[in-house]
Amino acid sequence: MSTAADERNARAPWALTAPALMLFVGVLLIPLAMTVMLSFHDWGQYKGIEPVFILKNWHEIATDPYYAEMFWRTFRIAILTTLLTALLGAPEAYILNRMSGRWKSIFLLVILGPLLISVVARTLGWALLFGGNNGLVNKLLMSAGVIRSPIPFMFTETGMVVALAHVMMPFMVLSVWAALQRLDPQIENAAMSLGAGPVTIIRRIIMPQIMPGVLSGAIIVFSLSASAFATPAIIGGRRLKVAATLAYDEFLNTLNWPLGAAVATLLLVALVLIVVGSNALIERRYAEVFR
Amino acid sequence: MSRNGPLALIFHTIFVIVMVAPILVVCLVAFTPEGFLSLPTNGFSLRWFRAIANYPEFIHAFWVSLGLGALSSFVALLFAVPAALALARYRFRGRDALAALFLSPLMIPHVVLGIAFLRFFTSAGLGGSFAALIIAHVIIVFPFALRLTLAAATGMDLSVEMAAVSLGANGWTLFRRVTLPLILPGVISGWALAFIQSFDDLTMTVFLAAPGTETLPVRMFLYIQDNIDPLVTSVSACVIAITMTALILLDRFYGLDRVLAGKGDTGR
Repeated sequence: MSTAADERNARAPWALTAPALMLFVGVLLIPLAMTVMLSFHDWGQYKGIEPVFILKNWHEIATDPYYAEMFWRTFRIAILTTLLTALLGAPEAYILNRMSGRWKSIFLLVILGPLLISVVARTLGWALLFGGNNGLVNKLLMSAGVIRSPIPFMFTETGMVVALAHVMMPFMVLSVWAALQRLDPQIENAAMSLGAGPVTIIRRIIMPQIMPGVLSGAIIVFSLSASAFATPAIIGGRRLKVAATLAYDEFLNTLNWPLGAAVATLLLVALVLIVVGSNALIERRYAEVFR
Repeated sequence: MSRNGPLALIFHTIFVIVMVAPILVVCLVAFTPEGFLSLPTNGFSLRWFRAIANYPEFIHAFWVSLGLGALSSFVALLFAVPAALALARYRFRGRDALAALFLSPLMIPHVVLGIAFLRFFTSAGLGGSFAALIIAHVIIVFPFALRLTLAAATGMDLSVEMAAVSLGANGWTLFRRVTLPLILPGVISGWALAFIQSFDDLTMTVFLAAPGTETLPVRMFLYIQDNIDPLVTSVSACVIAITMTALILLDRFYGLDRVLAGKGDTGR
């Protein structure tokens, strides 16, 4: 039996979410659909965009090895960046969490603060440190006689991974740190009182509990790195293109919008599949943690 | 609580140095007296800071970024607060799908959003306008505004609201006098985080900005594409100084861990 109050209760969530829902349909889903459609349109140097339905762009991406190489490079860089942030960021978050209140908040500010600072400025810093013969670290090491020629950094994948890991690190630290907040320090003490050594405590007590934090941090870092634009554009330049910089060039330099739209659509679909897939795996594996 | 061992502290020191070095070097190079990129070994000079005055584009871009961030984060909250209340309190069919849709801008690469908005706003005749930038930024900051508001609304004690209802409060009064004050920490930190995301965005904005609506990251990026000289380091140094000040103030008065981790009222 449904009363008037029940009916109002059923309508209330929809009334509250309606403005946001309309906003998202109107200015997110429709533009995305338009982009997918755009990828099937034709384009010519002189005729511009022609609104017909052809598979030319998709055929070009599927058959030209240039695109396969570019996508493989994009995901390789993203995977390496994710590993680097997890290997360094998780221990750092743990160390940070064990500090006393005052130091904890100072270093939290130092490590998370860069999130606020423009990615352009942060990447510029790496270019200043390692940029060819003029790079400050290179100059220092060369004058000290440690190395003969500058460490290759600019226009290399290593450079992109290092700079990207620096940009993404706060997300990983934050994610692990949030997981650590849910952890009861008494469990650690209990393990210690039962005779567990520090290695055992980290492996058996800490790791299983912060793993969801590491994994959700990894998903964030991976998807942001695979679609990163500023850092690859500044470090990689025009020589080492990734999906985002290629799409940018097609849109704003070559003006081949349909091809750029196809690259973007493929990047979106690939990322959504990877992220949704790994999210489902993590949630099944750590169901009790998320409950 | 147990202390960190020496190995942990060495790791921590190196970690912090690497995190800070690129930012520090930008600030140091900004003070160079030379005409090229170098550390200020022959004394400090402010010539590159004075040089900013000759590039009003940078100053204009800064105000565009500031206004865009403040406004789009506020508009995003207008949509996000009711949505967060609905998601926190009701279990209804389609709830999970809605939540996924509202958080989807986190998952959609900004380069794809930039392309989609460029195509959309160009067709709508709004290409390169400030209005287009605001709408686009509302979408990208929405998940941050929603998440922190949602965290606060979920942790809220509903019995306070029931007490208010039993005393005769309802509708707008209930929201303004009871609900909003209770979730306000989450709402404010949501605004702050949303502002940061908007202020820092380059990837999406670079597709949408036109001369006149270029944001600071876009202006800096386009400048670096042409040449890297000490001017861009002094601009960066100014940005870093301003944001660090804001950050320290935010931490003093509110707690950075709360803003970033969205823990609402607990902790500290």
